[in-house]
Amino acid sequence: MTTQPLKTPPLDSSATSPRPPRRALRLPVGRAALWVFVGIACFVSVVPFYLMFVWASLPTDQIFAVPPHLWFGSAAVENFNKMMNATSGMALRQFWNSLYISVLATATTLFFCSLAGFAFAMYEFRGKAALFGFILLTMLIPPLVMDIPSFLVMNNFLHWIGTPRTLWVPGMANAFGIFLMRQYIMSALPKSLIEAARLDGATEFGIYTKVVVPLIRPILATLGVVTFVGSWNNFKGALIMKLSEDSTMTLPLSLRKITGGATNINADWGATLMMVVLTVIPLLLIFLLASRQVISGLTSGAVKD
Amino acid sequence: MQDRARLATSPPRPRWSYARFQQRLAPYVFTSPFFILFLIFGLFPLGFSLFLAFHLWNPLDGLGNWRFVGWENFALALGPTDQFWVALKHTVWIGLLSGIPQHLVALPLAFVIHQFLRRWQGSVSTVLFLPYITNAVAITIVFGMLYSENLGLLNYLLHQIGLGPVRWLAVPQIVPYSVAAVVFWRYVGWNVILYLSGLQAISEDVYEAATVDGASSWQKFWYITLPLLRPMMFYAFTLTIVGNMQLFEEPFIMTGQGGGSGGAALTSAMHIFNTAFRDLDMGYASAMSWLLFLAIFVLSMVNNYLFSRDGGRDV
Repeated sequence: MTTQPLKTPPLDSSATSPRPPRRALRLPVGRAALWVFVGIACFVSVVPFYLMFVWASLPTDQIFAVPPHLWFGSAAVENFNKMMNATSGMALRQFWNSLYISVLATATTLFFCSLAGFAFAMYEFRGKAALFGFILLTMLIPPLVMDIPSFLVMNNFLHWIGTPRTLWVPGMANAFGIFLMRQYIMSALPKSLIEAARLDGATEFGIYTKVVVPLIRPILATLGVVTFVGSWNNFKGALIMKLSEDSTMTLPLSLRKITGGATNINADWGATLMMVVLTVIPLLLIFLLASRQVISGLTSGAVKD
Repeated sequence: MQDRARLATSPPRPRWSYARFQQRLAPYVFTSPFFILFLIFGLFPLGFSLFLAFHLWNPLDGLGNWRFVGWENFALALGPTDQFWVALKHTVWIGLLSGIPQHLVALPLAFVIHQFLRRWQGSVSTVLFLPYITNAVAITIVFGMLYSENLGLLNYLLHQIGLGPVRWLAVPQIVPYSVAAVVFWRYVGWNVILYLSGLQAISEDVYEAATVDGASSWQKFWYITLPLLRPMMFYAFTLTIVGNMQLFEEPFIMTGQGGGSGGAALTSAMHIFNTAFRDLDMGYASAMSWLLFLAIFVLSMVNNYLFSRDGGRDV
């Protein structure tokens, strides 16, 4: 296929658009106050993360010491072992469960949503407006209304309760993802490109894999991170679908189990905090790798349409 | 391409070709996964839920063993004996406690970042966005430890400045604030990002024109920024309303399944969850989930009404 190399138009105009410099506030005091305001906000955002890492490295009796310890200790390995004991050796298995579900959710969501987004952005077909309108309409259903009936479908009709499938199959092609993809593809890909590929003899699916997918990588990254994070954090779903065996649990469920409620003073806090860290680290890694992309991608379609 | 070759050798059939056929069919095939999944995991469950709302049913009794009760489930929820109203009140209260400060802080914060922090914009918004992606269970446990009555960091700090210990998670009047603080912490950054992108979409020309006309910074904020930010504010408010009305994880982890002492943090979502999965009263729980849906819908409509009315006058 002879596709010309095509420059993807910059979509994240929000992050990089050149702006003429603004006049600064005249009063140095006012400017300092602004910095303090922003500084406090950043501090408050970060402190709980700092504390969880510090606490995870302290022996349990020092976590709640007076005066408090605010610097790292040397009990990280000990806490890790305690966490393994508290979960009957299943903590890493549970980490894997979360990962397995999140990766499958992400891969399938990216595939099905980009395929549908491509169709809605680049084809004219009968019923297109109605079908797309219907998809948007489904976004109005609060997830909460789906909790009970999804459980019943999984429990009484499909007999999937207790399996990882319950968590990633229903969301494979979702309205938000399709909407996001359609918005991006409409603004980033010219229709002439599709025509050109078609004249070159590509099949429709071939156009998707060889032309569309390579050109929508930025938005795939956005939706990928969002889906992964959402799936990784899905606590209520796992609770409802009864992934309740030690070996089938996802991390958030296990976390709640070994804590026994946040007010339980007798919990093993060293072990708990180690699992908190285990739960949060993948999120921090994936987000720090792609934060700019995610932030600009998430807001690009928010209001302009 | 093989298809082409095949077609070239076959007798000419102008009305049908594989290339055109698959071109016609492709969009339907490409969009079908959503509709198939929605049928199985969306439409059918929704219908089933609506059906159950008018029945009495324990899922352990098996399919078919339900009893039609008409509007009884709804009447029970709206009647004086049940916790539905109490839980709804908690939900709205915690929602207001976290939602209003969220926007009161996020809007000025976004404005300051946009206006005065050009070079640091990316880093600052990344830092502020961090809480949003964090696991609710994990972070709620951390906050729970901060709130610990005798040994928590917050009470230690209060003690240092000579204030007595606050029973953050034990006094029913205080618990909603403690829970709301976590929700506030998690979503401020999200709203900052929304407002920031809204601000960046406002054209510079408008400000320049206002400068020429001698408008002060404050006037520019009040008469240009705020009105032009209205669509984004509407969007952000809507997300906050819809999200806060379904609040579940933070109070569930922080105060336990029953909503803590006096059930002060028992939200509607928790009450529905308990009714369905602890008491196994699926019909009643379904009815309540539809009532909550209705409440969310009404609040969104009120929000919509307020915005469209003001918008017509100002712009």
